Amino acid sequence: MKIEIDEISKAFGATAALTPVSLSIPSGALVALLGPSGSGKTTLLRILGGLEFPTSGRVLFDGQDATGLTVQQRRAGFVFQSYALFRHMTVFENIAYGLRARARAVRPPKAEITRRVTKLLELIQLPDIGARYPSQLSGGQRQRVALARALAIEPRMLLLDEPFGALDAKVRKELRQGLRDIHDETGLTTVFVTHDQEEAMELADLVVVMSGSQNGGRIEQIGRPADIRARPATDFVRNFIAA
Amino acid sequence: MSDLSHSSPAAPAARFRSPTDEAPLARWLLIAFVTVALAVLVFAPLIAVFVEALSKGWEAAWKSLISREALPAIKLTLTVAAIAVPLNAAFGIAAAWFITKFDFRGKAFLITLIDLPFSVSPVVAGLCIVLLFGANTAIGSWLVGNGFPIVFALPGIVLATVFVTFPFVARELIPVMIEQGRAEEEAALTLGASGWRTFLTVTLPNIRWALLYGVLLSNARAMGEFGAVAVVSGRRESATTMPLKIEMFYNEYQAAAAFSMAGLLAFLALLTLLLKTWLENRHAGELSANRRGH
Ligand SMILES: Nc1ncnc2c1ncn2[C@@H]1O[C@H](COP(=O)(O)OP(=O)(O)OP(=O)(O)O)[C@@H](O)[C@H]1O
Ligand SMILES: [Mg+2]
Repeated sequence: MKIEIDEISKAFGATAALTPVSLSIPSGALVALLGPSGSGKTTLLRILGGLEFPTSGRVLFDGQDATGLTVQQRRAGFVFQSYALFRHMTVFENIAYGLRARARAVRPPKAEITRRVTKLLELIQLPDIGARYPSQLSGGQRQRVALARALAIEPRMLLLDEPFGALDAKVRKELRQGLRDIHDETGLTTVFVTHDQEEAMELADLVVVMSGSQNGGRIEQIGRPADIRARPATDFVRNFIAA
Repeated sequence: MSDLSHSSPAAPAARFRSPTDEAPLARWLLIAFVTVALAVLVFAPLIAVFVEALSKGWEAAWKSLISREALPAIKLTLTVAAIAVPLNAAFGIAAAWFITKFDFRGKAFLITLIDLPFSVSPVVAGLCIVLLFGANTAIGSWLVGNGFPIVFALPGIVLATVFVTFPFVARELIPVMIEQGRAEEEAALTLGASGWRTFLTVTLPNIRWALLYGVLLSNARAMGEFGAVAVVSGRRESATTMPLKIEMFYNEYQAAAAFSMAGLLAFLALLTLLLKTWLENRHAGELSANRRGH
């Protein structure tokens, strides 16, 4: 699905989080929102997912105005920074949650839910952990379960907030490849937030460099990793990718 | 350092005193003081109540409890608790949910408001209800005219009890819900769950033990409330709860009846305490009381 962000701005009371930003994400792309802390990356991602509403501007999905869609209607697979797994449910129940929450008419039968959850557990290469609780998993395993849970609803897009933020370097590298594989396999338009420029450059098709200021976060440059490296558009980008 | 080397290996622990430890003498004095205070203020009266209650044997105590005078009071107290406690659980959940899951102006004010019943004398609360719903007010006389009196009747007692016990559930839930944040709820919403489903399947299971704890506290208080209920009941026989009845018995020199009922009330309170302790041991991590405690 193609995502367009049209002059979106966001203020929390007196704090400006985003100055009007515009961005067009082609269908099936893997996009990184890259920027320092406070540059509005999370805010932009949450606006896409319907968890936050913009102060002004529009969001378009496949050319249709989606600004007014509720979070449920957007059907975005969202992976939270802290994973936000349901702590009182097993891994299996976590992944099945979205399917079980569907209206009766479109809810898959029990056997079908079991089949799909099993398949997702295989996809994240953790086939045997269905009966465990989130507290019994490592950080990397939690991250993958959160991804599987988001994929279970057959989302229209995948939104990830610093998906590898809390993990050590080795696990990060592994999971990076895992995300790339899942993206290539599902073909989902995917947006992930990071402040690690190496991660953004290595993983994404398209990198959106953002900066923060008094007036809120703004977009400094949009481009393919190689182009951003070769031709930084502003001093900010030059400094940020050199760091 | 030098006297460390002289210390016998058998008693090295005494040498390393944690900085927050008191000197041994002070510690013993404190422990003795607390023990004596507890014995005099808590255990002695409790034991006295049960001894008095059972002074003429179990049978006499039981008979006085099921007497025509006592039984209605016991029933009324249980009825009031059975209505007021669920009401307050619902209010408490709603208030805590509102305060922790949304940002709005006047939040601090609302939190203060929830604590109001702790600072207002229960007698004042009772008087307010009489002033609002008494037979000489417009609302009150209309309600009485339609066969639904509030003051001197069950609804008034329930109102008074709800007011007095209002803070318990909300205050127990707010810290727990603040710590848990909104992320799990947001995750449920992005997975397509409705707000109501999110509440039932995510919020409620996460707060269940804290909720039960708050309900126990408010139940104990609901059954024991005297001041507010005394005002709204107007000392009518038909609107007399256990604490009021105990006082009546006592004033009428029916000491045995008074103490049997006091014993029953104390027993219910102890039962609550027992449940509460069990909860604290089993689900310590999920209760806010334990977080506040340290
Ligand atoms: N709920 C909120 N209420 C008030 N201000 C907020 C809120 N959420 C974000 N902000 C503000 O908006 C700005 C952008 O925040 P945002 O979380 O989008 O940044 P970020 O780029 O994700 O930063 P980080 O890398 O630290 O996660 C910040 O100045 C932040 O303080
Ligand atoms: Mg962020």
